[in-house]
Amino acid sequence: MAQLATANQDAATAASGGRTKRKAFRMSTVMAVLGTTPMIATAIGVFVICIIYSFVLSFTSSRIFPAFDFIGTAQYERLWSTGRWLVSVNNIWLFGVLSIAANMTVGFLLAVFMDQRIKQEDLFRSIFLYPFAMSLVITGLVWRWILDPNYGIQATVQGWGFTDFSFAPLVRAETAIYGLVVAGIWNGVGVTMAIMLAGLRGIDAEIWKAAKVDGIPTWRTYLFIVLPMMRGALLTAFILQCVGVVRVYDLIVAMTQGGPGIATQMPAVFVIQHITDRSNVGLGMAAATMMLLPVVVLLALQALIQWRANRAKEAAK
Amino acid sequence: MTAETLSVPAGSRLLEGPRGARPKKLTLSRVGIYAFLVLAALFFLMPLWVMVVTSLKTMPEIQLRQIFAWPREITFEPWLKAWDTACTGRDCNGLKPGFWNSVRITAVGTVISIICAALNGYALSFWRYKGANILFGLLVFGAFVPYQVVIYPLIIGLREIGLFATFPGIIIVHTIFGMPILTLLFRNFFASLPVELFKAARVDGAGFWQIFFQIMVPMAVPITIVAVILQVTGIWNDFLFGTVFAGRPNMPMTVQLNNIVNTTTGVREYNVHMAATILTAAVPLAVYFISGKWFVRGIAAGAVKG
Repeated sequence: MAQLATANQDAATAASGGRTKRKAFRMSTVMAVLGTTPMIATAIGVFVICIIYSFVLSFTSSRIFPAFDFIGTAQYERLWSTGRWLVSVNNIWLFGVLSIAANMTVGFLLAVFMDQRIKQEDLFRSIFLYPFAMSLVITGLVWRWILDPNYGIQATVQGWGFTDFSFAPLVRAETAIYGLVVAGIWNGVGVTMAIMLAGLRGIDAEIWKAAKVDGIPTWRTYLFIVLPMMRGALLTAFILQCVGVVRVYDLIVAMTQGGPGIATQMPAVFVIQHITDRSNVGLGMAAATMMLLPVVVLLALQALIQWRANRAKEAAK
Repeated sequence: MTAETLSVPAGSRLLEGPRGARPKKLTLSRVGIYAFLVLAALFFLMPLWVMVVTSLKTMPEIQLRQIFAWPREITFEPWLKAWDTACTGRDCNGLKPGFWNSVRITAVGTVISIICAALNGYALSFWRYKGANILFGLLVFGAFVPYQVVIYPLIIGLREIGLFATFPGIIIVHTIFGMPILTLLFRNFFASLPVELFKAARVDGAGFWQIFFQIMVPMAVPITIVAVILQVTGIWNDFLFGTVFAGRPNMPMTVQLNNIVNTTTGVREYNVHMAATILTAAVPLAVYFISGKWFVRGIAAGAVKG
């Protein structure tokens, strides 16, 4: 009997203890939600509602303020017959392909050379990376000065006696974009180098021994064995580049202001101009939606690949 | 593009030392390697050199068209002018006001965005309430969204609550756009801590805030340093948000610099422009050179922000 009583008591304390514990846990969960209010607001408020809002506005004729008079896809039709936008799209492709290709190539080369057990590695790394610490506005302003046709490199080298020397890409519509590419690479290639160097160093040292034993020349080892093995680093660098290219704005504003004429217009600049000075929000939002499209497609593709890989893994089990 | 691919621990590996092909003695190829690296280094240093020498020259000397030459007579006039009296339109106060605005925005923005992100990362690692993973997924997605897609709705939203073109407004904007990458940083850090630590604290009856302040914050010092470096340079270097959201009284230094240089009235004073450029670059450069290897770690984690 006494035993039963204590057993009951135990059960009772256990039950009440459990209840207070659960209550405490619930309280803490409330605190967790409370503590992450900014995240909830940002994730839903900005990255869902704002995007939907922009998307909806792209179907309206909004000028400065949002108006909800739906005009179907008229803004998109107008967008794709606007010269300024067509130039922007052309430019972003040209700029993107050129700067990503150059960035990856130079970044890989620098990483390979840095990996040769050189002296003063820290010094070289500091030199290659410091431009990235500075704003793209600064990058743009400096390179505009260096490429100035009257006082920059061109004038200086001509002054040395090479009177035919010409290197002032920014003043001509056909070449201005190459000037932007050079400045962009100066700013960002150090990062690519750092990521690739990390990738190189993540590769098993045994690979090198094996390649040496097999008598494979160093350059072939790098190109055909090591490069495919550092897929992760390559992908990371590539994604960073893509994000940077789509967002390119500061560099353009500081370096060319979209000129000469509209030769270096970019989508990011186009959108900002249309929601500010040009006060044509409907058209601007249609352009913004077009900017989001490739991002969404790429992310969906990535998700699909991952989902299929996971399914294959589960099937293998 | 998942959280995993984004967080290649580049910094840590980078510091292990080279593991590439073994070097031989001083051979032709060794000379070639150094020649390549030195040439590359010269290319990277050239703009800095040009900035410095141009800023120390007088305008007549600049008109001699020798952009690389060391000034014959050094003058600090352009520096004083850039700081104190350079004009943007009608205002002739130099970069001074922009500098102090940037200091305020960077200091407050860094602190607030890091507190938010640390809490997010902590909650996402140990208190995964229902839907938390979806929120995190949305944040990671946000890291890839072009700013232009959300800027206009944010303008409208901030105007509704009366914060557009105000100091709190620009702080909110920096907190929002810093959040994806910083949350990722803190989540990955907290997720790498042993769960037993958390469980032991729970058994002792500690709650959400207690565990955060007494156990997690002291352990998160290294990752916080990385986050601070990331945010200080990121916010200081920001141009787009400053132009759109800060409003005239809070205009950051980068925006003011661009206005000074691109102002169309009067003679173009290239020496003043370059002095102003160096002044604007000084803070992030100082952070970069002082923090050294920490900066590399920050980049590896955060270049996504770009």
